[in-house]
Amino acid sequence: MALMELASLEKSLGFKKANKYSTQGNNKTPILQSNKGAPLIGLVTIASHLVQEAAQPELLGRTAEQRAVVRQWLEYRVTQLDGCPKEDIRSILKELNQYLEDKVYLAGSDFTLADILLYYGVHHIMADLSVQEKEQHMNLSRWFDHIQHYPGIRQHLPLVVVLRNRLYTGGHH
Amino acid sequence: MSEMKLFVSDGNPHCLKVLAVAELTGVKCDICHAKRLVPFLSHPVRPVLLLPCGQHLFKANPICLYFLEVSGRDVCDLTSQWLEWEAAELQEATVVDIVLWAALYPLLSNSSFLPDKLQCVARWFEQVNALPVCQTVAQRVQQQKSLESLKRFLQKQPLPPARCRNAPLCNRAEEEDAEREMTDEEIQAAGATWSRGLADRPTPAERRHPILPQEGKRNVLITSALPYVNNVPHLGNIIGCVLSADVFARYGRLRGWNALFVCGTDEYGTATENKAREEGLSPQEICDKYHAVHASIYKWFQIDFDHFGRTTTEKQTEIAQDIFWRLYDRGFLIPDTVDQLHCENCQRFLADRFVEGICPNCRYPEARGDQCDKCGRLINAVELKDPQCKVCKRTPVVRSSAHLFLDLPKLESQLEQWLEQSMSTGNWTSNARHITRSWLRDGLKPRCITRDLRWGTPVPHPDFSGKVFYVWFDAPIGYLSITASYTDEWEKWWKNPEKVELYNFMAKDNVPFHSVVFPCSLLGAQDNYTLVSNLIATEYLNYEDTKFSKSRGVGVFGDMAKDTDIPSDVWRFYLLYLRPEGQDSAFSWADMALKNNSELLNNLGNFINRAGMFASKFFEGRVPQMELQQEDKRLLAQVGFELRQYIQLLDRVRIRDALKCILNISRHGNQYIQVNEPWKKIKGGDEDRLRAGTVTGVSVNVACLLSAMLRPYMPAVSATIREQLCAPANCADAMFQGAGSFVCTLPAGHRIGTISPLFQKLEAEQIESLKRRFGGQQDEELRTDYKHAACSTSRSRSWWLTLVLLFQGDRVRALKAQKAEKTLITAEVAKLLQLKKQLAAAEGKNPEPSPQKGKKK
Repeated sequence: MALMELASLEKSLGFKKANKYSTQGNNKTPILQSNKGAPLIGLVTIASHLVQEAAQPELLGRTAEQRAVVRQWLEYRVTQLDGCPKEDIRSILKELNQYLEDKVYLAGSDFTLADILLYYGVHHIMADLSVQEKEQHMNLSRWFDHIQHYPGIRQHLPLVVVLRNRLYTGGHH
Repeated sequence: MSEMKLFVSDGNPHCLKVLAVAELTGVKCDICHAKRLVPFLSHPVRPVLLLPCGQHLFKANPICLYFLEVSGRDVCDLTSQWLEWEAAELQEATVVDIVLWAALYPLLSNSSFLPDKLQCVARWFEQVNALPVCQTVAQRVQQQKSLESLKRFLQKQPLPPARCRNAPLCNRAEEEDAEREMTDEEIQAAGATWSRGLADRPTPAERRHPILPQEGKRNVLITSALPYVNNVPHLGNIIGCVLSADVFARYGRLRGWNALFVCGTDEYGTATENKAREEGLSPQEICDKYHAVHASIYKWFQIDFDHFGRTTTEKQTEIAQDIFWRLYDRGFLIPDTVDQLHCENCQRFLADRFVEGICPNCRYPEARGDQCDKCGRLINAVELKDPQCKVCKRTPVVRSSAHLFLDLPKLESQLEQWLEQSMSTGNWTSNARHITRSWLRDGLKPRCITRDLRWGTPVPHPDFSGKVFYVWFDAPIGYLSITASYTDEWEKWWKNPEKVELYNFMAKDNVPFHSVVFPCSLLGAQDNYTLVSNLIATEYLNYEDTKFSKSRGVGVFGDMAKDTDIPSDVWRFYLLYLRPEGQDSAFSWADMALKNNSELLNNLGNFINRAGMFASKFFEGRVPQMELQQEDKRLLAQVGFELRQYIQLLDRVRIRDALKCILNISRHGNQYIQVNEPWKKIKGGDEDRLRAGTVTGVSVNVACLLSAMLRPYMPAVSATIREQLCAPANCADAMFQGAGSFVCTLPAGHRIGTISPLFQKLEAEQIESLKRRFGGQQDEELRTDYKHAACSTSRSRSWWLTLVLLFQGDRVRALKAQKAEKTLITAEVAKLLQLKKQLAAAEGKNPEPSPQKGKKK
């Protein structure tokens, strides 16, 4: 899954030629074998490296603070979201939903790598949610819909339908 | 930079990282130990850095990197700065070292942890550890309290989920099925044990009440969670509490422990008051009525309480008030005022979900008492504009009232100390440990112990007159008061922690009250109370293929089980066979029939019946002469092994697993008979006849052992077998001594009684009709919509049904308003009526006369 993501990311960043990856361990941690220097290991490290290569450093954040926030959500993606047991998914959705209440993107008002990788990471969860559940996580759904329509980001992933009008106005749950 | 705040907590190794890097880079920030929550996270985390812009950083490594980045570097050219920063390899390396050092600190600071092979790691650790920055911050996190503080922090953390999931779960099943090869020594030893016989063991003494702790005996006090009086107990309640505790109590008595098993009905609270108003009775009359219902159900299930009491007694008032005053005098109770919505019409304070109104933030007109669906913001119910009681639609008023709170934070460290000791020496199921640790990790808050109600134990303090204790404070004290109603010398059990082992049985939703809240009350009261040393919590029992059905009123209730014509013992067997140990399990009629027919009838019953029938048909009802050969001794060894397993498992309260040992023994027995064919050999020569005799004699003795092992699980069947075999009264006692030994209890010449079948086949039609009678017409949609909202306690079932009912009502009204198709509306109305019926059943009311449902109370 991580390899598909990296391939999509390369395309989004406008790479002409795809890199070659391998994986290691049970978690299938990606490895980037480059011709210069030691191999790079780990999704976040490789993704950040690709962004650098593509000369789009603003995707890593524009200020020191923003960079720190971006790194934090990248780490969140890898440590909290990936391999999250079923029973914890709801609390993760809740956290993200609450966090995104007053934000357009994860790092505030700028689109960053954190949005891309978190979008990839939650896609399978969002795809499984019922219309009502998506509505319960309104802020998250709004963000998600925004990112999947961001030019060039969706790539290999199917579109998840997010309704903009509310269906469950009376919802007692 | 001065506005930056870094929040750390004692003993948290992650804080080491950031403190160390802050020290290294010289970044200045205020370091606070205060409690502060990241607003959007569901769990408190440390360290947290509050950035000048107001954002929270809640991950240690990004904080470390952030410190590095802002430590006086030129930040004008972003790209070059990033590259420069990356290029600073020396610093990079230092950060990696420090982060690793911090993560390994709790483990490696004790040098004995490292095996000699890892010398390089040890050398590296010493080097980094010797850095002055590391020394400084290590001291700051530990606050001079040594490594103990780290240990306490780590113990509070639940196990990482990944490890739980990957843990080998199913190996046991394979082991169970695999034929265990017996060695020659084992086989010879089994033969020797067998021939010891019963010797002259004294007959075990009759149980004499009152049972009190005895010197030199294992004194075991067993409680099962008190069922709420307002509801008829469900199969899930029965297996989770009373039945599990009963099996363990019976087992304990067999083992010769001095065991006392108490339980009773929990009777105070709003639900009882409401019920009384509905039925036009006094709360006491309601309690009397339902207490009797409970008692009769448990009697039918053969729950052998030493005492089944209730919480509405003088003793309860006396003991609860005593604990209250002790807590009050020691400063563990803090007063505070609470604003609550009160419906004058319904005459009660409204729970959040029973209020609706206009959202104070976005003016959405249908905001609930806890959250607005439109803007998603959390709401305090009293802030709603134009609030409405959802039951009667009238306007509630805000009432402020003074209450007392138990100061849990003040008791936290005492609690932790005790928990560490109790968990390391006692039996705590892993869900009980996990839930308790999560509670501690999230930090304890003061909890309100008083309520503005009438039906409860009165608060004795004059400033709080007219109030009663909140049930969670009051109900567990019921264990003490019920014991006090049983014997005046109750304190010998409850204020005797050195001599008494306390076992609490419950479903997992009750764990925090037994592991955190109640122990805090008792610790704070400082009266040498006996605290729980073994906390046994089950997961949930589901009904058929439906999740969380307990709360929906579908399924089988205690009072209906006896109307199924299936014997109580078979119910007990099946519930225990699928006791939710370690994971949820599901009750299924088809599976029940299958287990009855395959395990009870064809395996267990068949073996015992054949053994007895051979003896009575071929040997005139006497146990024949036996001359053991290798093959017989091998069976003895296999049976002895299963018996020891059974005892080991039950000692650790693995009730379901131990039941499998019984079934394994009869499987071995059936095989043994099948291979040796005594019914053919009996017709042969002298040698063959002797062989038939030996096989029959050994089999009858195995049957006798089975009767003893079945006693905790199926008491009536066990007694029937004993009666049929005329087994001596002391046989169980003899075989359950120590690690367990299978001895010959029915020697040659022993006369047995009349043998008859123990079990009956459950026919497919019978099961189908039961299935139809008890559910299965559930609405698929509601099932998925509400599975998350479902809760397991019977107390919340009617509350939950009320909610579903409200929702379904809205749905019907909406359809009618939209002029939807008639068939659709009819279907939804049918669901609505079904729900009403369930609610009535859940509240024990007589529903509208209905054609298909027969028995209801």
